[in-house]
Amino acid sequence: MSIDTGVPAETPARASTPEESRQWTARMRHAAESAFPPDQLLPDRQPAYMASWIYVFGVLTVVSLAWVIITGCILAIMGPSWWHVSSTGHFVNSLHLWSVEAFFFFMVIHLWGKFFMAAWRGNRRLTWATGVISFLVSVGAAFTGYLSQQNFDSQWISTQAKDGINSTGAGSVFNVLNFGQMLMWHIVLLPIGVAIIAGLHVLLVRRHGIVPPFAVGDGDAAAETPATTTTTAPAGEPA
Amino acid sequence: MFLPALLGALINLNGSGRYIHWGFIQISVANFVVIILMIVVFVLAILLPFPKRKRDGQ
Amino acid sequence: MSDDTKKARRFKPDRDVKEWKGAYVPYDILKEAFVAFLAVAVLIVLLAVVFSSPDEPAITLKTWSAVDPVDFAQTAITELDGTSGTASYGPPYNSTPDSSQHIGFFEPEQWFGVHQPIDTAQDFVIGPLRTLPNQPVTQAAVSLYQNASGAQQNAWTTAYEKAVANATDVNGRLHVPAGRYGPVGIMVGSLTDMAQTGGLDGTLLSEGEFYNTNYTKPLLFLADGTYLADKADAQHLSGDQWGMMNETGNYPGQAWLWLYTMWYQVSPMNSSTNGDLEVWVIMMVLSIGLIFLPFIPILRSIPRWTRVYKLIWRRHYRELAGT
Repeated sequence: MSIDTGVPAETPARASTPEESRQWTARMRHAAESAFPPDQLLPDRQPAYMASWIYVFGVLTVVSLAWVIITGCILAIMGPSWWHVSSTGHFVNSLHLWSVEAFFFFMVIHLWGKFFMAAWRGNRRLTWATGVISFLVSVGAAFTGYLSQQNFDSQWISTQAKDGINSTGAGSVFNVLNFGQMLMWHIVLLPIGVAIIAGLHVLLVRRHGIVPPFAVGDGDAAAETPATTTTTAPAGEPA
Repeated sequence: MFLPALLGALINLNGSGRYIHWGFIQISVANFVVIILMIVVFVLAILLPFPKRKRDGQ
Repeated sequence: MSDDTKKARRFKPDRDVKEWKGAYVPYDILKEAFVAFLAVAVLIVLLAVVFSSPDEPAITLKTWSAVDPVDFAQTAITELDGTSGTASYGPPYNSTPDSSQHIGFFEPEQWFGVHQPIDTAQDFVIGPLRTLPNQPVTQAAVSLYQNASGAQQNAWTTAYEKAVANATDVNGRLHVPAGRYGPVGIMVGSLTDMAQTGGLDGTLLSEGEFYNTNYTKPLLFLADGTYLADKADAQHLSGDQWGMMNETGNYPGQAWLWLYTMWYQVSPMNSSTNGDLEVWVIMMVLSIGLIFLPFIPILRSIPRWTRVYKLIWRRHYRELAGT
């Protein structure tokens, strides 16, 4: 007597007919799998030339961002006035401030390192671009954070910054004197923006790999050869 | 009971800030320290030896 | 791009690279991330315990009018007669002609127009005074002012502005020398009293509603005076002090804004009426330049020319030389 487990006998997980492979779902899965094979997405080895402490600043930046978000979430639990009236709240605010300082500290060192490695080489220009855009959006997120403090600092920063922003016309919509609006940009819109762009940046690093060193002889001004150029890592190879 | 002391500051950075004036540049001591620290950490990161690791197949 | 096109492309060492076909070493990406996560946790806890964070209390119109009633009154009269910073600002607050910043024909402030409308006479002076109950003298003064001709209002406000320049603060009470300023003296005096009770903070923020989170009006009123600016200047936060980078006290601020604030210290931006727009345009151009750096010749060659990479990859080059 067979036991009915409720599971159909055969459940094909993959599209097997041409009709099914026209599906959005199947095509997206196929695109994701070929762009990010699992051992490229979560590699367990790295190229031997990665033998420098400068390489840890990317991950230090990401974990600092994680702490910015975690401490921000704790502040969100109790609301924007909490840190003015509670010493625990003030301590969490301090953690939030110092995680932001750490975030920019490590991010800028990471940028310096990547610049001196010319890390955009080999079709990694979008990786570089998303990194710079992450920096710029993070500056905006930090700015709205300073506006959300509800103290003398936010009074001064808002009344000063309004002139710069108004001069571009953006002040007609983005009103830095509007605490409610600035708080929502700070805790909703800009964190989502930072997360998406930084996430894309990390995915691009996984896709294209860490840039190899300059070849010996590249330091010479006339180091241009009419050789074949491979500009992306072949699919399936660990990068 | 040491929590209030822990949650306060051991070093009080409030009060009037100290600034460095150099030509047209004016920078707070605090920001100056942060920037110098960044440069030092960057240089150390490049110069400090990195632990050797076994190659694949070794 | 076909393989043939790829092959024909010249190798440029600042743009291209031969992909790695060499050795790999084992590497635990998640463990590294976890260790870094703990390390940063320890770091920020240490910094928070040692240094805490700044929290200078906000200034209220109540404090301002009590500590410096003369400055408050001098600001109030400029709100009434339309000569204050906010009243003459232009978009997005009002349509004052020739007030927008521009570079040649480029005048985005004007193009976007007035979207946060403020009438300083009504919003900062007359409106708040009209909310005061049981003050027949004040209400009569406001009515007299509102019913007078424009020329008469102008004569009164001009006379008051002259007189209040010599006003004194006697134990927090405003003393303005006598003059032919009609009802304006009573109006500004009542407004000062209202501010000193805290009523003006509440009225300007609430705008007659129960809930409000938009502090535009009280902040603009505060910023039109010198009290807020003087306190900021004392903390090295003014624009001409590289203030954008700074924090109150001895705390590190926003060092990453160094380049943005630097332009405000140099000519012609430091004395230009269009300085804010000029600095924004410069920073937009530089930011776009940084994003597109990989495409910019000479700049993208700096890493190769400076040879810092020889230090970063020295073990790799040593091993290559050894083989």
